[in-house]
Amino acid sequence: MDWDLLLPLLLNGLIVGALYGVVAMSFVLIYKASQVVNFAQGEFLLVGAWVCWYFLTEWQLPFWAGFLFTMAFMTLFGIVLQVVVLRPLIGEPVISVIMATIGLGIFFQALMKWIFGVFARPFPPIFATERVDLLGLQVQPVYLMSLAISLVIMAAFAWFFTASKHGLAMRATAFDQQVAQSLGISVPKVFAMSWAISALVSSVAGVVVGVVNGVSSALSFYGIKVFPAVILGGLDSVVGAVLGGIIVGVLENLAQYVDAEWLHIGNMYAIAPFYALILILLVKPYGLFGTKNIERV
Amino acid sequence: MTAMTPAGDFRTSYRADMSLFATRNTRRAVIVGVLLLALLPLPSVLRQYLENGGGLAQSYDDFLALFDIGRYGLGLLIQIGFLGVAALGLNILVGFTGQISIGHAAFFGVGAFSSAWLHEHGLPVLLCIPLAGVMTTLVGTVFGLPAARLKGLYLAIATLAAQFIIEDFFARAQWFTGGVAGRGTEPPALLGFSFDREETYFYVVLVAVVLMFLAAANLMRTRDGRALIAVRDHYLSAEMMGINLAYYRTLSFAIASFYAGIGGALYAHYLQFVSVEAFNIGFSIQFLGMVIIGGLGSISGSLMGSAFMVLLPEVVQAGADAIAGGRIDQALKLGANISFLRDMVVGAVIILFLVFEPDGLAHRWRLIKAYWKLYPYSH
Repeated sequence: MDWDLLLPLLLNGLIVGALYGVVAMSFVLIYKASQVVNFAQGEFLLVGAWVCWYFLTEWQLPFWAGFLFTMAFMTLFGIVLQVVVLRPLIGEPVISVIMATIGLGIFFQALMKWIFGVFARPFPPIFATERVDLLGLQVQPVYLMSLAISLVIMAAFAWFFTASKHGLAMRATAFDQQVAQSLGISVPKVFAMSWAISALVSSVAGVVVGVVNGVSSALSFYGIKVFPAVILGGLDSVVGAVLGGIIVGVLENLAQYVDAEWLHIGNMYAIAPFYALILILLVKPYGLFGTKNIERV
Repeated sequence: MTAMTPAGDFRTSYRADMSLFATRNTRRAVIVGVLLLALLPLPSVLRQYLENGGGLAQSYDDFLALFDIGRYGLGLLIQIGFLGVAALGLNILVGFTGQISIGHAAFFGVGAFSSAWLHEHGLPVLLCIPLAGVMTTLVGTVFGLPAARLKGLYLAIATLAAQFIIEDFFARAQWFTGGVAGRGTEPPALLGFSFDREETYFYVVLVAVVLMFLAAANLMRTRDGRALIAVRDHYLSAEMMGINLAYYRTLSFAIASFYAGIGGALYAHYLQFVSVEAFNIGFSIQFLGMVIIGGLGSISGSLMGSAFMVLLPEVVQAGADAIAGGRIDQALKLGANISFLRDMVVGAVIILFLVFEPDGLAHRWRLIKAYWKLYPYSH
């Protein structure tokens, strides 16, 4: 065993996994509230990161201001998408809704490439120090920031769903739309809000990844990596999404380690989660925490 | 989603209900249409013959030029053909059985590589194409077996995983795909005659398209075809009537893979080169777009959808060319970014169709026909 290689990989897995968890959470949020499977989740990250990059480099805003502007923009973006594209599709078959989100994905990916080009662009540096010493490992502060932000978002979600009025309204809508409506909850508003929050949270993840790796269209791949995470955790469980994300992040890095040490197949990092996905679907399709109402035929 | 006839269903006998075409005139129109299509490459061939032989007057050449759509036009038709075959397979899966697949391009790729690989092992191309279909069916069934137990969104995600796994396999299996370099192959030949140009390959694709579309139309008349539709419309009722759900879902997956394989094989021998990077998720989504734009659950719609998808970039290109050099062009940097514009249009068109015309072009076509049939007393 090569601990010098394994430990950083595991830590990396944890950090990336926490980000997957955040994106998966915002995916689950939309699914829970409005039963829409959002194949454009990755494009939320992409749009958010590019918009923030634009504020920081073109307008020369300080990081906190650019960040706040981005969040405001993404909230609006989510609401507009829901109202313009998804609302007319309420009641349509699952396939149509999935296709609409796929269409959104293609559209925004191409638009971002058009506006900002195909090459990765770095964010202006945010931290002064290059490395921090953590348990004997040299870690970049952005990674720690990313982990911290992930944890903050998760805590915020927990508070939102258990204590805030809107969060409770959202849970009620997810549970039963008619009953929620009869209790005076505006279901269209809840739908719009779920998209707004989802876009906002995803864009935070997008900015974090952008700060670490630079912004490029590769960001939208997070939207696809989300699927193994949410299926593993159970499609409609927020806790499951977080756990699933972390497991997938660690699994990727473990697979890479196993591959580098013994197998030498190559590309295991990218492909292992999908093998895991097929296995989970075969064995336990409702995931670790999901409601077991999936019909097996 | 179902085929709607504008004002009731006037068929009086079982035989009429089972007929392949709605009316005699429809059948005649289709036959004449196919024959006209078969004439399309002739002007081009004749003109080349005249050029080489000299001899005939300029006026003949001018006359022929009117009907000559050129190699490029024929190439577009060939693309519509093989993409249409694959899209028809996806339509049988999505439109007729109600199963979704986001990995169709991967199966298309399996067909392309299988055919090229078989040909390298000494089989004649015209035999390789159907065999590639069979090989793709086998691969499709492997992925279809778990899929048979899933539906809706879970199936979408499972096929997404299949897309990535197969794509990874392409990049890795050097013996099969030629690895990063890709795999070259040859055009089909029959009795020493090689179908190596657009003018001749067109006929190979035309025959394949006619055969595959007739087969699909016939499939939908059989017990199996109606079982697929029953699975889509109400799977519980279907099961109660004695339809084995898992069997028919797997069957549908296998049929879809077969069509994808044939389409892929036709693609491989047309381009004579297959690259491992061609069959990505974007291509899969394009197939879904064709099916939705053409019309879910419509056989002719698959062809309309693929025609739309093939011609759309041409229209976008023509539009961009028309305003090239102008102020809009300079402001948007259209020339360098035309591929992104195309992608955006594809995405936007998919959404617009879903919102405004969920039954696709096939439905629009029926409405147009109904309008002219009743003209001018449409109300």
